[in-house]
Amino acid sequence: MKFNTIIYSIKQGTKNIGRNKMFSLASIGTMVACLFLFGVFFAVVMNINYMMKEMEGSMCLTVLFDKGTTTERIEEIGNEILVRAEVREVVYISPEEAWESFSSDFFKGHEELISGFEGDNPLQDSDSYKVYVNDVSMQNALAEYISKMEGVRQVNNSESTVKSLISMNSLVTYASAGIIVTLFLVSLFLIINTITIGISVRKEEIAIMKLIGATDFFVRAPFFVEGIIIGFLGAVIPMGVLYVMYNKVVEFVVSSYGTIAGFIKFLPVQDVFVQLLPVALFLGMGVGFVGSMVTVRKHLSI
Amino acid sequence: MITFKNVTMQYPTGTVALKDVSLNINEGEFVFIVGSSGSGKSTILKLILKELDATSGSIFVAGKELKKLKHKEIPFFRRNIGFVYQNFRLLKDRTVYENVAFAQRVIEANPKDIRRQVPSMLTLVGLAGKYKNYPKELSGGEQQRVALARALVNNPSIIVADEPTGNLDPQNSWEIMDLLNDINKRGTTVVVVTHNREIVNAMKKRVITIKKGCIVSDIEESGYDDEV
Repeated sequence: MKFNTIIYSIKQGTKNIGRNKMFSLASIGTMVACLFLFGVFFAVVMNINYMMKEMEGSMCLTVLFDKGTTTERIEEIGNEILVRAEVREVVYISPEEAWESFSSDFFKGHEELISGFEGDNPLQDSDSYKVYVNDVSMQNALAEYISKMEGVRQVNNSESTVKSLISMNSLVTYASAGIIVTLFLVSLFLIINTITIGISVRKEEIAIMKLIGATDFFVRAPFFVEGIIIGFLGAVIPMGVLYVMYNKVVEFVVSSYGTIAGFIKFLPVQDVFVQLLPVALFLGMGVGFVGSMVTVRKHLSI
Repeated sequence: MITFKNVTMQYPTGTVALKDVSLNINEGEFVFIVGSSGSGKSTILKLILKELDATSGSIFVAGKELKKLKHKEIPFFRRNIGFVYQNFRLLKDRTVYENVAFAQRVIEANPKDIRRQVPSMLTLVGLAGKYKNYPKELSGGEQQRVALARALVNNPSIIVADEPTGNLDPQNSWEIMDLLNDINKRGTTVVVVTHNREIVNAMKKRVITIKKGCIVSDIEESGYDDEV
């Protein structure tokens, strides 16, 4: 492969895009549509996953103890819970902290009333652990285990929330995988179709090249260049549009549904694109490459 | 230069195009292959270029046994052969210059050589003044001369021509044949498949006559066999 041939292939590939304007536009259009949908979906999935992780992070078990359980035993229980693999963090809440947190919440705006309880903690013996897990799907089993430990009176577990979170998580994963695979296949099919049309125009050119004594690689190279350029444009255009749109949509949602904004957090646009952009470029250029490879192959047998 | 040993060619459709054909063409020869349409004469050219593979028998071209060539060796083998077709087979979206230069690019020639060789070939076929034109702006005879320049530019040892005058008027036909004759005189082996009785009779070259897939005559300094 000589340097001049590389230059020639790049020139030829670029020229071919211009020569077959309709075909190139159709291919790029197809790619833009598919990768735009893909990008929208990708961004939505990333945000849902992010929100789930946020929610998961704040979910925890509250462990309460039998009356008269010694501080040593409580400490022991804490250590036993902490050594388990699924446990991320165990936080001890003393009765004082529990009361402080409760009272400041309950007597909000009437703080003077708290002083009436001076020296008397109604939540005496209400020390507890807050146990955070790595993965919400483990939370129920862990609750069951802890409740059987000696000295444990009660484990508070928001079971229904956990269940719906788990099922939503897997639903989103499956749905996203399914839709991404479908979109990928559809765009591959369309690209192959459009390249086939483009190539039938150049069937004669390929046949002449082969008869003159062109190597398979020489015949293919301009088509590769063409496929990759089309794939690149087909990826960059929808990504640019999405980048602008993403910010606008997030802005709109936050400003018009202020209440949601309180507990739903969107990923910053950079965090989405740091993952989405390489994936989209890879898909676009990959589809262009595979498409041109598959279609040229048929004509190389001469 | 070209040897066929007991070559039989049967197409997948069942048609037998050549039956047990043996022939030998030496380096520097000028040979006409004549016969009615469907006689199998174009099949011989396709076999020489390895566009087709013989069903049985062996073919040797430029020192290679064709059935032993690997797929990746075929391009390098074909660079020994220049071809000319009845319908010219030029690239319609490229200029005369680009069509000829294309053959050099395909074999990855140096740009310096391309810039020197292409004009000299166009001068040889008398088209130096039309290098910027597109094929559709040229007459049939001119297009065929471009095709000939393209066939010659890589300096092949063999030129094969399939009905090169089939689409041309008598005057243009003669110009093409004269060019082929000049090329032959410079040492290139030339094989021409044709229907053109007048030309074959006038040129007094070796004539191989094919009928229904068999060689019925092979005579030096001959004319068109009137029975065919």
